[in-house]
Formats: sequence, C-alpha cells, structure tokens
Amino acid sequence: MSDESTNPAGGVGRRDALKVMAAAAVVPMLPDAAVAEPAPVSREPLPLLDEQQRPVKRKGPRGTPSDPVLQVAKADWPMKLSLRELTTLSALCDMIIPADAKSPSASAVGAPGYINEWASRPGGEASLVRVRGGLAWLDRESQARFGARFHLATNAQRTAICDDICYLPKAKPEHQFAAQFFDTIRDQTATAFYTTPAGWKDLGYIGNVALPTFAGPNAAVRKQIGVE
Amino acid sequence: MSARRSKVAPQYDVIVVGSGAGGGMAAYQLSVQGLKVLLLEAGRDYDPVTETPMFQTPKDAPLRGAGGADKPFGFYDATVDGGWRVPGEPFTTAPGSQFQWWRARMLGGRTNHWGRISLRMGPYDFKPKSRDGLGEDWPMTYETMAPYYDKTELLIGVYGGEEDLENTPRSSPGVLQPPPAARTYELLTKQACDHLKIPVIPAHRAVLTRRQDSARLPQKLHPGNRLAQRVLKQSMDQRMACFYATDCGRGCSIKANFQSTTVLIPPAMATGNVTLITDAMVREVTVDKQGRASGVHYIDKLTRVDHHVTAKVVVLAASACETSRIMLNSKSALFPNGIANGSGVVGKYLMDTVGAGLSAQIPRLEGLPPINEDGTAGIHMYMPWWLYGDQASGKMSFARGYHIEFGGGRSMPGPGIFGGLESFTGGAYGKKFKEEARRYYGSFMWFDGRGEMIPNEDSYCEIDPVAVDQWGIPVLRFHWKWSQHEIDQAAHMHKTFAEIIAQMGGTVQGTVQTDGNKAIAAGGSIIHEVGTVRMGTDPKKSVLNEFGQAWEVKNLFVTDGATFVSNADKNPTLSILALAWRSCDYLVDELKKGNI
Repeated sequence: MSDESTNPAGGVGRRDALKVMAAAAVVPMLPDAAVAEPAPVSREPLPLLDEQQRPVKRKGPRGTPSDPVLQVAKADWPMKLSLRELTTLSALCDMIIPADAKSPSASAVGAPGYINEWASRPGGEASLVRVRGGLAWLDRESQARFGARFHLATNAQRTAICDDICYLPKAKPEHQFAAQFFDTIRDQTATAFYTTPAGWKDLGYIGNVALPTFAGPNAAVRKQIGVE
Repeated sequence: MSARRSKVAPQYDVIVVGSGAGGGMAAYQLSVQGLKVLLLEAGRDYDPVTETPMFQTPKDAPLRGAGGADKPFGFYDATVDGGWRVPGEPFTTAPGSQFQWWRARMLGGRTNHWGRISLRMGPYDFKPKSRDGLGEDWPMTYETMAPYYDKTELLIGVYGGEEDLENTPRSSPGVLQPPPAARTYELLTKQACDHLKIPVIPAHRAVLTRRQDSARLPQKLHPGNRLAQRVLKQSMDQRMACFYATDCGRGCSIKANFQSTTVLIPPAMATGNVTLITDAMVREVTVDKQGRASGVHYIDKLTRVDHHVTAKVVVLAASACETSRIMLNSKSALFPNGIANGSGVVGKYLMDTVGAGLSAQIPRLEGLPPINEDGTAGIHMYMPWWLYGDQASGKMSFARGYHIEFGGGRSMPGPGIFGGLESFTGGAYGKKFKEEARRYYGSFMWFDGRGEMIPNEDSYCEIDPVAVDQWGIPVLRFHWKWSQHEIDQAAHMHKTFAEIIAQMGGTVQGTVQTDGNKAIAAGGSIIHEVGTVRMGTDPKKSVLNEFGQAWEVKNLFVTDGATFVSNADKNPTLSILALAWRSCDYLVDELKKGNI
C-alpha cells in the first residue's frame, strides 16, 4: 500500500477515492444519475479499466435468474403461506396422495413445502390467490358442515367435501372455484410427490443412472406390447 | 480455458464473431491450419465439464426444475442469459408479424442445449427450385457437400443407421456410430407406421455411443497436419461415450454429445493460435478505404467500453439474425445499406422450420414393468419424409416435406407430471389417484412434425428505425408470414399423427386441426431460424458465394445459418458445421494464394 492510501483519519486517500469513482462509473447497469460527479482535480483523462480491473468475475454462473448456479439450487424467495394455511394444505395433500402399501403420503415427502414455494414464487400472484382462497374456503366449508376445520374433520367428512370438488366438469355451480382450486392442488401435489425418490419408486422410474449399454425392452416386455 | 488479451492489440489473421456451431468450427479449422484467430463471444465464458448438472433431479431445483421466463426450457437447461428474451437486448416485430427469437449469451451459444438431431440435407434439398420452381437453388450440390458431411460426422461423433432412402442419404461406411436400441414406444410406433407405409428408421444424433477412435481419426481428418492431429487426439481422448442418463439439453460434462464448448473450442484453444474474448458484443464490421473489412468494433459488456480490433479476415457466425444485424449496422460511405449489401438481400429470406405437434395416450403402454427408457435422452428413431413421389406427381397441396420426431414413455417424472390426469379418471384422488398414476405413467407420447419452409419476400429482418439495446446497438425488427405451403403442411402433420395414433390404438390428446393456421407453431419458435445472408451464384440475388465469402468484400465470410438458401426439414446444425468447414478450407487456400 502506498502512503497516500493509509490516511491518518482512517478514510480513503484522494487517489483511492478517484479509483473508487472511476470504478463506479463503469459498474454495469448503474444509471448515470447515480454516479457522483468526480471532482475536477486533474485534467488527465481517467484511465480505462483494463483486464485486471474488470469489475465482475468472468467464469462460472453469476447467480442471476437467467444465469443461476445449477449445481446447488434452492428457491431463494420468501415463503408466504402461514403455518395455519400449511396445516390445512397438508391435510388436503394427503387426501389426494395418502400413504398406501407402496409409498408414503404426499405430506411425508414435503408436498406442502413445495406448494408453498410454488405459490410464493415471483410473478405467481394469481396462484397464491387461488391457493389461499381455496384453503380459506376449505376450512369454512368444513366448519359450516361439520363444525371442525378441514384437518380436524374425520376422513369421511373430508372425503365428502373432496367428492364435491374433485372434478370440475361435474362440480355444482357453487363449487366451481373450489373445484379449480382442488385441480390445482392435485396437479401440484402430483408434481411434488412424483419428483421425489419415493414417487419415482412408486411409478417404477428406474432411470437417471449410468449404464454401460442401452439394450431396449427385453423379450418379455416386447411380448407384452406385441412387437416380438 | 480463460480469456487472454495482450496489452498491445496484435494483428490477427482472422476475427471470428461467435463461438457456436459456425464460429466454433471456424475457430477450430482456422487455428489448426496455423492462423492466428481472435474469437469474440457475446456471452460469458462457460465450462460444461464443471457446470453441467449431471444427475441432478427435479427435486433439487427450485419449482422442481420447471421452466419460466428466465429459463424457458427448465431450470437445468444449459442456456445462459438467453431463451425467448435476453436481458437488456430486445428486438421488435412489425405490426401483424409474430416471430420469436431464441438466443443464448454464452461460450458455445446454442450448441450447449440443442437436440443433437443431425440430419444431412439430401440431393433434392440443394436444388429445390430445379425440382418444383419455388425458392432458390443452392450454389453447390449434395455430391460436393457429402465429403464434408462425412468429415463433420466423424469429427463430432454422430450415431445413426445405414438406411439409404430417397433424399435421405446414408453416410459413407464406417462414418456413423452405432444407433442405440429402440425403446418400447419406438417399437410400437414403428409397428403402426409399417402398416401405414411410413418409414421409421434410426435417428441421427450427435451423441457418442462409442468412444471415438483417437488413434485413427485425427490422421484421417487432418492428413499431414501434425498440429491438428495432436490437438484433436487430445480432445477425442477426453470424450466419453454416452452413459444413457441425464438430458442432453443440460450439456454434457463427459463430452459424450456435441457442443462447441466440448468438441471444437478445447482443441482450438490447444493450438495456442486462438485468443478468446468473452462478453464481447460485436456491433459493427469496419472497412478500409478500399472497401475491405478492416476489423470489428465490440463492446466489452463488463466495462461498457467500445474496442476496435483488426485482422486480415473477418468471419461472422453470430447466429443467422445476429449476423444480419451486424452487417446491416455496418454502414459506411462505401456501404450505405450495410456491409456487402449492394444486393439489398441482407436480412431477406428469413426461414424457420414448420412445426406442429400432437400428444397421445396409448393403452398398450399402460402397466408395463419398470424399464429404463432414458437412453440417449433424445430420439432413437424418427420418420424421414416419405411422400416425395406424391409431391412430384402433383397429388399434394404443399411442395416440401417434413420429418417426424416423437417421444414419451417412461421418462423422468418431472414438473407437471399427471397434470390433466383428472380427465382420464373422472377426477380421481386418494388411493385411486395413485393407482391411476401407476397405470398411466409411461403411456403418453408426443409427435412433432418438422417441415421445410419455402423462403418468401414477406419474412425478413431489418434494423428497427428507433429501438436500441442496452449497448446502444440498433436492434432487429422482424417481419413474418407463412405461405399456404407451410400452413397446408402443418395440417397434414396433424392428419398423419392422428392416423399413427389411431393405428396404435391410442387416443389423441387435444384437437386434430384441419386448418393448418391452428396447428402451425409461431415463426422462430422451432429455433431453426436460417437465411438472411444467403449464398448463391448471382451477386444480385445473393450476398455470398458458395464458400460463404461476401461478393463485395473478399475478406468477409459468414459461416453460420445465415448462409442458408433454403431450409430443408433437416435440422440445420449439422449443415452449418459442414458448410463452415468447407468455407474455412477455401479461406485458408485463398489466404495462401494471396487472393484475400
């Protein structure tokens, strides 16, 4: 470090201040108005940045939405559903994909968390309205019919509600929104569940492993589909 | 590989603009022949070996890997800073025109994520006007290009079969790698198509099913060139064969498939003859007083500083429309309409591929035991166009053909799986839903037609009179119109898919359109945009000669899809590579002879 840069007052020296300003003047995307007018201390032109002073790292992903880090990736936006909403959602997810002899339930593999991520995503305001509105409707409907919130109702009571809203073409006019909501949650619960190892195992997806050769279907399968 | 720049601008032999198929091939071919190359790429440096998300699953990604505006083909897609929009780099469309422009801002460009489908253009495809009077002929024949197709296939590695059908030529013996075995749904489709007399044959894709023969191929491809042989052997030794997992669209860290960044740029850099500058957005080709290209201006995206670099020759391979944009923006007293554009043809005759698709549910694929159908993560079989005879005898309402790509089966469950299952199950939920999911998983298929568009006067790009991008460079404005040939072809695709699906005993998902306007995909959306700086034999009707050399500027070459005279149904990348190789051979010869 030069003497000039070790300012006794603990601030930056004049030359360093100029360097900072020169760098600020070329930071990408910075609006011109945000750049402080450099003091006319010298008539020498400011030096252009050369290779060593380029301000942004050049290799690897920059971590922006169009250039994210792919190797370790997580949703980085705030989750918006409340604990109360997630409780109701969890009960609904498990009505859609309950545990059975072959695989666990949707909530056991984190479906409500994924749906929260999806409904909270940037630009996903319409999804959030649908999910929140539907969850509120579900609890009110259950309360009105059975005197208990959805997750506290019996399985038979929950089934009675779901039967009313599980298929849009057959839903009553007063259940149209609820049926759209149910359809959305069913699709998203399926996405959540069937993208997990448990879901893959349930369906019999056995790929995503390195193989030395690719043989195609064996004789038994060929016979089953009729292309011997 | 890293960016290197000397303090004093050196005199390069060649500046290559763009590092995708056309630019990567040019950098490779010119550098192995000893030329000093400056390679400029508008995007960032990119290393597939360290950056490719191999084996990562949807569960590990935000939103289970679903696509969005920032990553349209899914979170794991290789594309960096691109897709249907590039941040800070807009384009416009003229009123009444619909056109989409896919770009990627990264080393290797779109070769990092493409489908690797590598079909040769055939004898008819080079002389379409001679056959049916439409469009324009290429300045060369298939026979001229066949050796370059062979060499390109050997260089990049392409699997395929031995079939030799009308206008679907086979490669020379020993050139192709063995095709992978057909999957269940591919066997079923072939069985149905045999009845319909539609050929189903092994697809050609740029994926290694065997390691390349690095002891023999370098010598065969570069006889007498020790430097080329050394760097190519080294490069081939670093490539593994496909291990039948991980979507090719993510790129490939084991270099089993072709991307410029794994196959062309590493050996080019290894020659020591290439200087690479990334984040270098070229805006203009400069000319000297004699009207020769003197160099290019580029903007360093990281500092926003404009630079001028010089060379004996300029090669443009920025992608078809971007190359046009650079040429149209290169205005001077000698070239008031843009460099080498005395003909006014630059920007004209923009083409994409005709696309239409249908999905199906196939009961015979229900309830199969677990089978691994990942394969090469792309098509193993396809249908080449089969109705040349009917077209020649005037039985068809459209002049050119299409091929069919298809897929489905037991692919990796991802976001959106079972969306729409309620319509099959009457709204099933609970244990019933799980049973139905097991039943239906693997039974869905899709069919996509990929057809030839005939160039027309109404489809072109020009410089928007007002808009500029964030680098201050005037942007492109697109004009687009299909002719009745393409619209009728799209309707025919739907009709064919419906016949195949019915023959398989399946059910069409969606609507079979009899009006092609409702079936045809938007212009540009198939991402095969080519043309706009076409080759030809007549300097009044074309910009380039058959070697991609500008008629009006002898030291200006184009080696990307802009050179295309027609856009056969064959996916363009393989032809871009083969044409670029041929252009480079000519360029080197002309330099040696002192003609440039």
